[in-house]
Amino acid sequence: MTIERPNSYRSGPDGKGHFGIFGGRYVAETLMPLILEVEKAYEAAKADPAYQAELDDYLKHYVGRPSPLYHASRLTEHCGGAKIYFKRDELNHTGAHKINNCMGQILLARRMGKKRIIAETGAGQHGVATATVCALFGLECVVYMGATDIERQAPNVFRMKLLGAEVRPVTSGTATLKDAMNDALRDWVANVDSTYYLIGTVAGPHPYPAMVRDFQRVIGVEVREQMMAAEGRLPDTLVACIGGGSNAIGLFHDFLDEPDIDIIGVEAAGHGLESGEHAASLTGGRPGVLHGNRTYLLQDGDGQIQDAHSISAGLDYPGIGPEHSWLHESGRVNYVSVTDSEALEAFQLCSRLEGIIPALEPAHALSHVAKIAPDLPADHLLVMNMCGRGDKDVFTVAAALGEEL
Amino acid sequence: MSAPTGAPTHAATSGRIEARFAALAAEGRAAFIPFIMAADPTVAATRDILKGLPAAGADIIELGVIFSDPMADGPAIQAAGLRAKAGGATLRQTLEIVREFRTGDDTTPIILMGYYNPFYIYGVEAFLADAKEAGVDGLIIVDLPPEEDSELCLPALDAGMHFVRLATPTTDDQRLPAVLEHTSGFIYYVSIAGITGTASATQDAIQAAVTRLKSHTDLPVAVGFGIRTPEQAAAVAQVADAAVVGSAIVQLIADNLDENGQPTAGLVDTVLDFARALADGVHGARRRAAE
Ligand SMILES: Cc1ncc(COP(=O)(O)O)c(C=O)c1O
Repeated sequence: MTIERPNSYRSGPDGKGHFGIFGGRYVAETLMPLILEVEKAYEAAKADPAYQAELDDYLKHYVGRPSPLYHASRLTEHCGGAKIYFKRDELNHTGAHKINNCMGQILLARRMGKKRIIAETGAGQHGVATATVCALFGLECVVYMGATDIERQAPNVFRMKLLGAEVRPVTSGTATLKDAMNDALRDWVANVDSTYYLIGTVAGPHPYPAMVRDFQRVIGVEVREQMMAAEGRLPDTLVACIGGGSNAIGLFHDFLDEPDIDIIGVEAAGHGLESGEHAASLTGGRPGVLHGNRTYLLQDGDGQIQDAHSISAGLDYPGIGPEHSWLHESGRVNYVSVTDSEALEAFQLCSRLEGIIPALEPAHALSHVAKIAPDLPADHLLVMNMCGRGDKDVFTVAAALGEEL
Repeated sequence: MSAPTGAPTHAATSGRIEARFAALAAEGRAAFIPFIMAADPTVAATRDILKGLPAAGADIIELGVIFSDPMADGPAIQAAGLRAKAGGATLRQTLEIVREFRTGDDTTPIILMGYYNPFYIYGVEAFLADAKEAGVDGLIIVDLPPEEDSELCLPALDAGMHFVRLATPTTDDQRLPAVLEHTSGFIYYVSIAGITGTASATQDAIQAAVTRLKSHTDLPVAVGFGIRTPEQAAAVAQVADAAVVGSAIVQLIADNLDENGQPTAGLVDTVLDFARALADGVHGARRRAAE
């Protein structure tokens, strides 16, 4: 289905949190007043120059923004086509883009007078970033993490503990990210007065998808400026991986109304789309309602949500942010997918060619870049979001390659 | 403001919920509303329990529709959903269970309780037609607040299906009118801010909440979440129009399964005995005016 081309791809969501038919606020009544309160507080903060100045200050001096835009010359040479740039968000404090959002939301939670922060995490990057900002401001932090993910992301679990957070293993359902989100929502329902739920991606009920996007937009805004400085013009293609879709929308959003820019989101194809074991919600799913919004979901004919699979814990989610569902149906963004083994190959290629060990998540984006770059001309400017570093994944990758550590 | 029967429905409702509350009001007693998960652990067990519940004193029955991600439910009801899912439960099958129940009982109201996605995937129009035909009287959909009324609430009311809304301790006076606006049949007060099967509210808090609701609506007020014993049910029945018991019944089902997760011989009787004790508690309670 293709919807009529809107005047702008950047005007969403509407007042009720809808991007076309996607988004919304599908939550229990207990949470509804709270969600309205978060929305009100966020609108007030957005309009307050002091809030923006405080956020900018922390982003600069604590997170380390702006992150560099780096010309990956050896990878470019290897591919023999497009000129490849990495947006180096893996150089942020804590090693991923997640902290951009955490910084924005923790300052909001402080404004709201909340003393206890909860979060869900898959790869552990969002959990680490949340634990970090909680340590920074002396707030209690509880992170819900699937038991399966605790096993495959052990280094991040220990980091969260060092930072003073309590990591609660989630054994319900499939014990991965979606179940961690369920348990975080259950916690929130029971602790509405004291607690702020710091969602880690562009999912959840309105205003989260819009708010998290706003905090990640800085990625694309910086790329625009940096590319103008480096090349004197805008990029031709943007590529980012998609779990919930926060790093991707962060790179894409500022460019959505530039009609000449190709924008590509890369979902995780796991063992392959035909295997049924993947996390490609747009390619393999259909619209449904989960975690507070309508979006594309992996589900069966009875509306039961199905397990996702990806070697990357951060992409292992059966849904996708509602704005991506809308960008997919409107045709503005092209969504493709990359398998576990393709991502593993790209992971090793990048490590050897560029001296950058990428997280398994952006390794998916990288794999697609390596597929398309050879067919593009040398003056084609391609930007990939290097949204996380791979230290957390070395055990998973070693196991997949049959190496004993 | 709401009329006594709640939000106007455009097609005629089954009338069972209205008739039941009218009869209870005439008798001056409250309703006992048990909750069980459809097909937990088998369709046959649910069929037998449903069949026995009216005689055990159930005035209205809430039948759970499974969902893979029950965000408002605690461990007991989560586990019930997993058991039902393992047996292949679906929304379509749940309607079949209701249809069969109706062949022997045309007066006890049945309310389906669940999360929106299975209904959305079934197709709202098709679901409402099939549910009416099967003999479903109302719906409680946890994740459809008034903000999303156009999804299922308004089509349900149009089709003559009651849409029972949840009010909670976080629903303040400013918000309450919006919550009540399209509620029909009765209003369900969730007595704690939390998930099912965990904490219980104090009697004072419940009384205050029911009084507050009654000052905004003439609809019957049911109270649920955290009611586990006949004594608690009796206490709630003194101040509310109905007491809902879910997790305690569902847990009893869990406690009466064999090592393969199949019902033991005594399961149905054990559940019905417990339902009878709860119903006796509710029916024996002398109504205290909540004004
Ligand atoms: C490095 C990295 N990239 C990407 C993701 C996926 O999230 P999103 O799609 O919201 O960017 C994660 C999630 O944990 C991550 O850690």
